[in-house]
Amino acid sequence: MRDELPALMSRRSLFSMIGKTAGIAVMYEAMATMAYAADSTFRQPIALTGAPKGSSVLILGAGLAGMVAAYELGKAGYKVQILEYQGRPGGRNWSLYGGDTYTELGGFKQNIEFDKGLYLNPGPWRIPHHHKAILHYCQLLGVQLEPFIQINYAAYVHSTKAFGGKPQRYRSVEADFDGYVAELLAKTVQQDKLDRPVTKEDREILLQALRGWGALDKNYAYVKSEDASNRRGFDHPPGGGLDAMPTPTDPVSLEDMIRGRLWRSIGSSKAYDVQQTMFQPVGGMGMIGKAFGKELGEIIRYNAKVTEIRQDKRGVTATFVDTLKGGAPQTAHADWCVCTIPASVLSQIPINVGAPMKAAIDALPYAASAKVGLQMKRRFWEEDEGIYGGITYTDQPNSMISYPSTDFFKRGKGVLLGAYTFGPNAVEFTAMPPEERIAKAVEYGANIHPQYREEFETGATVAWHRVPWTLGCAGSWTEETRAAHYNDICAIDGRIVMAGEHVSMIPAWQEGAVLSSLDAIGRLHKRIVQG
Amino acid sequence: MRGLGLAAAIAPIAILATSAGAQFAGGYRYQTGQDLYTHICQGCHMPDGKGATGAGAYPALAGNPKLQSPLYPVLVMLKGQKAMPSFSELSDAQIVEVTGYIRTKLGNNFPGAVTAEQVKALRAQAVRQNALRPG
Repeated sequence: MRDELPALMSRRSLFSMIGKTAGIAVMYEAMATMAYAADSTFRQPIALTGAPKGSSVLILGAGLAGMVAAYELGKAGYKVQILEYQGRPGGRNWSLYGGDTYTELGGFKQNIEFDKGLYLNPGPWRIPHHHKAILHYCQLLGVQLEPFIQINYAAYVHSTKAFGGKPQRYRSVEADFDGYVAELLAKTVQQDKLDRPVTKEDREILLQALRGWGALDKNYAYVKSEDASNRRGFDHPPGGGLDAMPTPTDPVSLEDMIRGRLWRSIGSSKAYDVQQTMFQPVGGMGMIGKAFGKELGEIIRYNAKVTEIRQDKRGVTATFVDTLKGGAPQTAHADWCVCTIPASVLSQIPINVGAPMKAAIDALPYAASAKVGLQMKRRFWEEDEGIYGGITYTDQPNSMISYPSTDFFKRGKGVLLGAYTFGPNAVEFTAMPPEERIAKAVEYGANIHPQYREEFETGATVAWHRVPWTLGCAGSWTEETRAAHYNDICAIDGRIVMAGEHVSMIPAWQEGAVLSSLDAIGRLHKRIVQG
Repeated sequence: MRGLGLAAAIAPIAILATSAGAQFAGGYRYQTGQDLYTHICQGCHMPDGKGATGAGAYPALAGNPKLQSPLYPVLVMLKGQKAMPSFSELSDAQIVEVTGYIRTKLGNNFPGAVTAEQVKALRAQAVRQNALRPG
């Protein structure tokens, strides 16, 4: 570390010099070449200029993609208007608070009864530190961010089929997995049974690394020890004075570690898109959409259900119905159109785009996902179990429990994320009426935290296939469908271009929606200006 | 990373950690047509089979003339259709059962039935669903 410091500093001053003399973009290229900043495709705020006088763009959808487009194209000088199906801005950027009502498809209505200040983020709930485009707009709009705790070593991993159904602390599951794997590898190295030649010197280095990584003893064994307990936790932790002597814990056996399958969950937070640091807006994810909506004001026409999209040589016309007032269909017209309507809905709206784009719109299934928020009378996970934020994983259908990343140590109530599901579990949750989803989440959660039975008060749930304005959580591409259709859904078709998470390689993340919008309006603007 | 013997041991975790686009070995334990319908299909097509309408719509199965052909729902389940994901992880027997249910219950009374052999013969057209793990 000490060796690296001067080199790092000299690199930093080099970047700064390049930045000053050659401009930000060149500096960025230089940094990326040296593998310093290649963590996002968002390089700098977009700055479109020179919209032809009087030219206009109609934007369909006031989610993040649509609002980014309206904001940036408006700044460039275009006359912009958004049509939005709902009565609020944000789209899937959304939080449910006490006093809200939510009616899902099928007419199932929920009156949300959370206490003031408590909420459920039904959709996006966390922002990785490298999602620079959405973070840029949070900063721009004055949306305050706080840390989102993704990984918590004090949270649990739970399986109904292992350890008698008793939840295990994340720290012990990871320590035992790393420890035993390190021990096995160390034996392989010592016996020279690696499947490739390794020099004697490298072997020694590797053994050292394995001992450190796995908390192995001097014989490269993973055993009950202070070192191992320093990873997996103590029966009696080190203390002060006469109470100081620690008592180490027994690792589970190798066989139990393997067969318990709890290791399936410890990789979850290693993925690039959930690596710490992550953020959340103070007061709920929906704060971003709200701030954007306020910024755009009258530009957004709410409660407008688009029923047809037509383009010709002169422009684009959207027909829409006012879902509150009803009446005859109305039209909105502009020279160009940025369409962010999810493909799940758009595939049902008549639109005269070319066959390749239509095929792309029709080729995208929408995934299932469901969440349940549970208000508890007290924050027992903190008070009783020392869990402050983070996620507990379970093999029950609710998949996980996430503890609030805010209001730590506050006396009183809190809202847990009691279920966050995808795949078949989400399909099954969706098929239940809302009150049954909540009851199931309570039932499963009580197997991990028995306090649920006493403390549960009220819940809220959103199953995305039942959401009236998306009919699904997110576009679910496969390698095959991407190869066949992705470029076509990105293309500018006459006067229409698509944007949204479904037009990105970061599906189901807000960053995908924002980056797709920036890419789409950049290309559209270029097309307009260059004719 | 894949080439290293050392990394092989932790590779399964890396696979599980892949978020968007991860393949899940999904499946449903229900066997009767009614159970399959109430735990899967009614999420969108609704308990009464009448579908629902918001910004877009889910088609009704009750009274839907497309169900006259017993093979039509089989193909939709195997391949998916527009925004509807495929349900090709259902077994041949499960697809037979749920096809029978939606064609003869929910107020429907369409004649004829599919066999597991017919479903099997259409498997070549099945699309494997990519169980998206959202952010």
